[in-house]
Amino acid sequence: MSAKKQVEKVAALAKLRFEAESLERFVPTFEQILDYFEQLKQIDTEAVEPTYHALFGQELETPLRVDECGESLPMEEALGNAPETKNGHFRVPKVIE
Amino acid sequence: MNEVCSLSLKQLRDAVKRRSLSFREIAEAYLERIDEAERHLRAFVTVADGSVVDQAADLDDRLARRDLRLGYLTGLPIGIKDNIVTKDVRTTCGSRILDNWVPPYDATAVRKLKANEALLFGKTNCDEFAMGSSTENSAHYPTRNPWDLDRVPGGSSGGSASAVAARLVPAALGSDTGGSIRQPAAFCGVVGLKPTYGRISRYGLVAFGSSLDQIGPLANTVRDAAVMLQVLAGRDQADSTSANTTVDNYLSQIGKDVHGLRVGVPAEWMGSGLDPEIKTAVQDTLKVLESLGCRIEEVLLPHTSYAVATYYIIATAEASANLARYDGVKYGYRSSRKDSLAQMYENSRTEGFGDEVKRRIMIGTYVLSSGYYDAYYLKASRVRTLIQQDYLTALESVGLLVVPTTPTLPFKLGEKTSDPLAMYLSDVFTVTANLAGVPALSMPCSFTESKLPVGLQLIGPHFKEGRLLRVAHALESELQLSKPPLAV
Repeated sequence: MSAKKQVEKVAALAKLRFEAESLERFVPTFEQILDYFEQLKQIDTEAVEPTYHALFGQELETPLRVDECGESLPMEEALGNAPETKNGHFRVPKVIE
Repeated sequence: MNEVCSLSLKQLRDAVKRRSLSFREIAEAYLERIDEAERHLRAFVTVADGSVVDQAADLDDRLARRDLRLGYLTGLPIGIKDNIVTKDVRTTCGSRILDNWVPPYDATAVRKLKANEALLFGKTNCDEFAMGSSTENSAHYPTRNPWDLDRVPGGSSGGSASAVAARLVPAALGSDTGGSIRQPAAFCGVVGLKPTYGRISRYGLVAFGSSLDQIGPLANTVRDAAVMLQVLAGRDQADSTSANTTVDNYLSQIGKDVHGLRVGVPAEWMGSGLDPEIKTAVQDTLKVLESLGCRIEEVLLPHTSYAVATYYIIATAEASANLARYDGVKYGYRSSRKDSLAQMYENSRTEGFGDEVKRRIMIGTYVLSSGYYDAYYLKASRVRTLIQQDYLTALESVGLLVVPTTPTLPFKLGEKTSDPLAMYLSDVFTVTANLAGVPALSMPCSFTESKLPVGLQLIGPHFKEGRLLRVAHALESELQLSKPPLAV
């Protein structure tokens, strides 16, 4: 797959779009950064466990709380920043024809 | 500049206690200072209006009636980085996609400041979603460095650093995912502290890289940074990654001596690529530490050279997931071109995000995508373990590490915007602390001949912020740095 096609595929996954001109600008830096990542291949990590959380297992664990309803935002506030609302719901373009 | 604005948080509080300054006088002095300097610096996205003077006057009344408990920050002006949410105050994250967002709640850090009755003086400018090292990625405008207006203040907390350095506020909140508090602190000649991961609640900090993000203070003195941490630190029910560990008494560390402390210096950090003026300044400061009774020792952090690659894989992966929420449905920008739901998502995101944010979402999506996950994201997460082990091993033998904060002095606006990878590489000395989750503090250690600040970085073991503050304060007292005049 060409680099351009690759970028277009990733853009579709990320719900972004690059017009022809911005794609020309974007592809070289995208490739340059991915090339820079290649250096990690030099390290043997066969026996190394991955870290997803810097302190997990040391100072932190997954805390669970009692499953009780707490306070929540009133509906008007929860909808207050929505671009479009109707009848107390978020409104989006038609999904089903 | 009104003399009031040159005071530290502690000096301001002491003056109020002595009744030689009122809260109202303090608020007015800072508003006047903002009025004078902000048009040159553009450190704020939103500035407090005259109502803070009313709030201050109200505190004066309560103080006179003995109806006010004087907290560390009561009545004192604080700036908040614009990616930390503030109830009923617009929070943009430096992005067009959140240009009109008015959060219905406060971040826990903000709630704690308010509980202390601090006065929120505004929202400070930052790189869009905290992605950048110069504040040039703000969708609003770039912020300037108060020591040289042609230069960047660093980033992404550039607005906070610039505002604190130029005395528009005595202290501010920043956030640090890969150096975003420490690098601008270094570039602006102020103290900036990234605490241990989980020390301060991230609730209400707009998420960028959730396993790396941490809120922290920027201030003009080490003691002020300690005061801010004391107010902000602690477990929060609303953030399951906030640490349950007891909060130390940081202020009790201020003024303690550092005799006999072992200080590690990784040789590979002082080598090529480091600006010679920074190298000299750091070496001179190490001699000062020696004169205070510290023992300087060489340590090894063998995986440092892989840190930037590791960081930019993990941070972009997390960012791509976190920024998926900006879809134009519940809040934020919605494109007017919306024939279908899918188009609305794509158009809103394409029009709402800036170039650097798009770049990181793209890289993050790629490294997480099927077929590449193992080679990039999983690989980087394994290397992260090695980087953390380097730290834990080094910090078993020495009490802390002392290194430069940045490889270069503050650069000029526009100098690095066309080369994103060069911008990423300028984070080489800061990203490792986030990957390892350890606390790190940047403080000014020198000004160059061209009157630019040099930042020194102190890195310690998990939850040993007190030790960093103790050493930093001892150094600050010994150095007695005389700062050149501000450009504004």
